[in-house]
Amino acid sequence: MDTPLIELVGVKKSFGPVDVLKGIDFKAYAGKVTALVGDNGAGKSTLIKGLSGVQPFDEGTVRFDGHDVHIVNPKQASNLGIEVVYQDLALCENLDIVQNMFLGREEVAMGTLDEAAMEFAATKALQSLSVRTVKSVRQKVSSLSGGQRQTVAIGRTVLRNAKLVILDEPTAALGVAQTEQVLNLVRRLADNGIGVIIISHNLADVFQVADFISVLYLGGMVASLATADTNYNDVVGYITGTKSLEGAAS
Amino acid sequence: MSNTSLATGHEGTLRDQATAYFQRIRSGEMGALPAVSALILLAILFSALSPFFLTKLNFANLFVQSAELAVLACALVFVLLLGEIDLAAGVTAGVGMALFVVLNQKMGIDPLLSVIAALAFGSLTGWIIGFFVAKIRVPSFVVTLGFFLGFQGLQLIMLGDGGIYRVDIPAIQAIMNSNMPEWAGWGMLAIMVVGSFLIALWDRSRRTRTGLATRPISMLFIRLAFMAVLGGIAVAILNENRSVSIKAIAGVPIVIPIVLVIVFIGTFVLDRTLFGRYLYAVGGNPEAGRRAGIDVAKIRIAAFMICSTLAVVSGLLHASRIGSVESTAGRTIVLNGVAAAVVGGVSLFGGRGRMMNAIVGALVISIIDNGLGLIGLPAGINFLVTGGVLVGAATIDALSRKRSGGSILRT
Ligand SMILES: Nc1ncnc2c1ncn2[C@@H]1O[C@H](COP(=O)(O)OP(=O)(O)O)[C@@H](O)[C@H]1O
Ligand SMILES: [Mg+2]
Repeated sequence: MDTPLIELVGVKKSFGPVDVLKGIDFKAYAGKVTALVGDNGAGKSTLIKGLSGVQPFDEGTVRFDGHDVHIVNPKQASNLGIEVVYQDLALCENLDIVQNMFLGREEVAMGTLDEAAMEFAATKALQSLSVRTVKSVRQKVSSLSGGQRQTVAIGRTVLRNAKLVILDEPTAALGVAQTEQVLNLVRRLADNGIGVIIISHNLADVFQVADFISVLYLGGMVASLATADTNYNDVVGYITGTKSLEGAAS
Repeated sequence: MSNTSLATGHEGTLRDQATAYFQRIRSGEMGALPAVSALILLAILFSALSPFFLTKLNFANLFVQSAELAVLACALVFVLLLGEIDLAAGVTAGVGMALFVVLNQKMGIDPLLSVIAALAFGSLTGWIIGFFVAKIRVPSFVVTLGFFLGFQGLQLIMLGDGGIYRVDIPAIQAIMNSNMPEWAGWGMLAIMVVGSFLIALWDRSRRTRTGLATRPISMLFIRLAFMAVLGGIAVAILNENRSVSIKAIAGVPIVIPIVLVIVFIGTFVLDRTLFGRYLYAVGGNPEAGRRAGIDVAKIRIAAFMICSTLAVVSGLLHASRIGSVESTAGRTIVLNGVAAAVVGGVSLFGGRGRMMNAIVGALVISIIDNGLGLIGLPAGINFLVTGGVLVGAATIDALSRKRSGGSILRT
């Protein structure tokens, strides 16, 4: 297979005496969706925070696009093209979709906000994801449903030319129809060549959308599998610790 | 990919635009609509109750009397947008004016320099308040309540107990007491209409060049026609002699273009600059702003600085109107200022409100004051009515917030 977009080798992280990540190996590829699963406390969020620079790793190698990198703050991660969509989304309800998508990176022409340019780019970004569910890109976020808000947050990463998008539990708060919408969006993100890492507790979602599944168990990576080569019961086994280390070490 | 097209809200005919507007209102984005309705109802009510209400003299007085409140409300918009409050805005204006008379009259410093010093004092006060709120995270309600008390003491110390100083500098008296020549009133209106037209054309050309839809141009003409007709009626009335004595009084009061310029600059800053965008963002969701890389503390401090500085401008208008500076200035007006902003449609929860809301709200509060005075009801009624209107407006604010917030659960 080609070079992974992101590759972690022997990554460790501890908080005082507690080893939370105990030498993790992990890969994710451009154009593919990699699901990161594991029980509560397995270390998923810690892994993500290391990748996004919020809480840098203590030890280990991080390779982005084949180059060794040290990500020590969010700005650096963002410059590399790593964007995280956190569960709380961090949107401003009083602003519209375009304004939220451009927040902090506004287009300015002659000292004033270039609304036309921003509206155009935001529309294009949403169109690249085949978004049809929003009435108008000038709608206020307060009037959007949970799925539509997720759409805005994901659209924002496209606008920022993300190469790797990390989604933390994007469907946790959504109903069936909206979950479907968001999963389609995740798929399209990958189809556009972006590497996607998705954290989820919902294995049905994972099997629907992911190309690869990596399972964390108590701070160790116990399995990294192609979705096609595994099944629901095996993954549950890895997550709960009743099944261990088959082909994961390779 | 061309099969998916996303609307921008600019598409469609006049009818589509109107439908969309009513939809926004139903979903709780009412803006200044309740206040404008209240304004019209109050005007009708008071015209029926008092023969003096609709006189030319009262019409002009209404604008002049509301000017200082309008400017104070505009000042407060900047902190209200953050979901903060400045209870000290009135007494900041009071101390600013006290500083002005001390410098100008006791120390003989040039009036212009003294005014600049007063404005600088406003900025400094805003910076200190902002520092406590943004950096130390003391609630603005408490910080500014402290300043509200402390500054009353400062006023007494600077001017003496019961101290009143006459301000007889012609340039300052002129602000609230002089009128423009007839032609200047028409010129002002022409600048407003043509200016709005040019700005709208500029925006449209930007959109067209980018390949975006534009609203029907007839909408622009309707808006401009409204502006021209209403403005034309106002200027025509103000240009007539409204004196009840032999000496003629006519012309648009000078303070009107002053307030309009403040509104224009404020609106420009809020709608078209990065600072304005960040002010709304921080008011809506500070954490989202922080994650987007906005220096939240800097925005907060700047907002308090603008508020306090503009408050001193409002104090200057007050001093000009009554011709003096007294040691108790600014104690009560701040609550009317908050009331004006909220009545006009500025949200107390932050993130929602515009300059025009403050102006309309100030007119509502002033018209209540003016109308009840003309009817001859006791002053106590005035407080009761204004208080009731404030609670009513805050209720509308809370309900519309609930309604638009409720859509989170909508699928
Ligand atoms: N800042 C921290 N300080 C101490 N312990 C932490 C900290 N963050 C996470 N942990 C611990 O690390 C473990 C893994 O947490 P986390 O990465 O949040 O797991 P997950 O996201 O998979 O549920 C948990 O036992 C948690 O208590
Ligand atoms: Mg977690």
